[in-house]
Amino acid sequence: MDLIVSSLSKRYESQKAVDDISFSVKSGEIVGFLGPNGAGKTTTMKMLTQYIAPDSGQIQYGGSTSSSSLDIRRAIGYLPEHNPLYEDMPVMDYLGFCAALQGVNPSEIPSKVREMVVKCGLDVEKHKKITELSKGFRQRVGLAQAIIHNPKILILDEPTTGLDPNQIVEIRELIKNLGKEKTVILSTHILPEVEATCDRILIINKGKIVADGTVANLRKQSESRQILRVRIDGAETERIYQSLQSMPDVRMVDILQQAENKFEIQSNSELPLNREVFKLCVSNHWELLEMIPFETKLEDIFRDLTVN
Amino acid sequence: MTSPIKIITFRELGSFFDSLTAYILIIAFLGFSGFFTWIYGGDIFIRKEADLQVFFSIAKWTLFFFIPALTMKMIAEEKKTGTIELLLTKAVSPRQLVLGKFFACLLLVLITLGFTLVYYVSVSKLGNIDHGATVSGYLGLILMSAAYISIGLFASSLTNNQIVAFLLALFIGIFFHFIFDVLSNSSRGILGTLFLNLSVNEHVESISRGVIDTKDLIYFISLTLLGLFAAEWLISRKK
Repeated sequence: MDLIVSSLSKRYESQKAVDDISFSVKSGEIVGFLGPNGAGKTTTMKMLTQYIAPDSGQIQYGGSTSSSSLDIRRAIGYLPEHNPLYEDMPVMDYLGFCAALQGVNPSEIPSKVREMVVKCGLDVEKHKKITELSKGFRQRVGLAQAIIHNPKILILDEPTTGLDPNQIVEIRELIKNLGKEKTVILSTHILPEVEATCDRILIINKGKIVADGTVANLRKQSESRQILRVRIDGAETERIYQSLQSMPDVRMVDILQQAENKFEIQSNSELPLNREVFKLCVSNHWELLEMIPFETKLEDIFRDLTVN
Repeated sequence: MTSPIKIITFRELGSFFDSLTAYILIIAFLGFSGFFTWIYGGDIFIRKEADLQVFFSIAKWTLFFFIPALTMKMIAEEKKTGTIELLLTKAVSPRQLVLGKFFACLLLVLITLGFTLVYYVSVSKLGNIDHGATVSGYLGLILMSAAYISIGLFASSLTNNQIVAFLLALFIGIFFHFIFDVLSNSSRGILGTLFLNLSVNEHVESISRGVIDTKDLIYFISLTLLGLFAAEWLISRKK
């Protein structure tokens, strides 16, 4: 189910939380919502899930605006920020309750619950009360309740907070698999997460969308500089430093570690420096021990776009 | 597909019994009303009349205090923990949410009152009990409970603090339960009639006498609906 958002705005008293944003998400696409705290991510998600009403603007679900709002909500799976849960309920009962509310056929509920328990790795904890669970397991329960009714649209507000690295990898895999057939929007602070899971990134700052595209596209858009880390043996640090510095297209050379002759080289253009560095070493009979290319990090793009 | 009202009702009822709430309520209610009906003061053996009037007048006050304790967390807690967002982004309307909670509380009150049928059976063995008056006495208690539950839900949706919700429900309730009654005695003319008509006590008494007047039914039904609508309105008012 496609999601088309047009000129959505929401104002809290004097502050514009979301300011005239438009975007669309296609079925089978995972979109990452990025932005600093208070940028309007959660507000946007709350409007997408119909929890709060926008001041102006429109959201179209699957091209149809006629369907009643309860039908739309049935098509959405939502993991809210802070993952609220009924603490006093056992995991299985809770999942059954959520499935029933989302209109899952009563006869299918037990099998659905079992499926979710397996899919989200809840098997060892399934009979415990939610209040007894660790944060990682609570997060899985939150995710399980969001997908138990097989929704066409998934909206996840910071799905991996509180998980350990192994769990993060598992949950990312799960989201990726779900994203093959669903429309997924997830928000996060963790930049590598977006690179790992999302097809597209929306960067939002002060209620406005400041970037929209694939990770690769965003890199191209932002000032592209190549960074190389090299380790060269065969001469004094100072001499190598001078030679590197005098190469054409080199913007800056940093000595990272003097003892090991490690340098960081930033290029001036988009042209890669690898060849030039290699040739330089060959002609001087130096030994090139390490050469690691670094791309402009998403962190830098993010900072460029969101810090004024 | 099961109605969301039913799903919510049974979840809430389940959580009453999972926590100690239900047991405490039932035991305390039976303890109080039993003590005053059978053992203490103007009990049945002193009155020497085979009726449940003592029980009904005690139950009126016990329910008045117990119902806000049931309803206080209903919506306030959901707002505090954020689970209300979970419910309202699922296929549940604010009306279904309020009704689900309302029926859960009402069912618990009915279960509690159900236990007191033992009193009824006992008294009927002791003498000639007026069946009509007993049935209407129960009906009065049930209608009164419905009204107080809806007031309690309204109070609970005003705040996200349970204690505030409890006190608010008592504060609103005391007017209907007691103050309007007192005011009607001290006022004359239209004002007196108005206060008399607003008093829950007056209408419960009227029903307990065994005459079920549409006026009384309309009073309780509209008070209940007013509370439920107000709660629904407060919940659906989106931030």
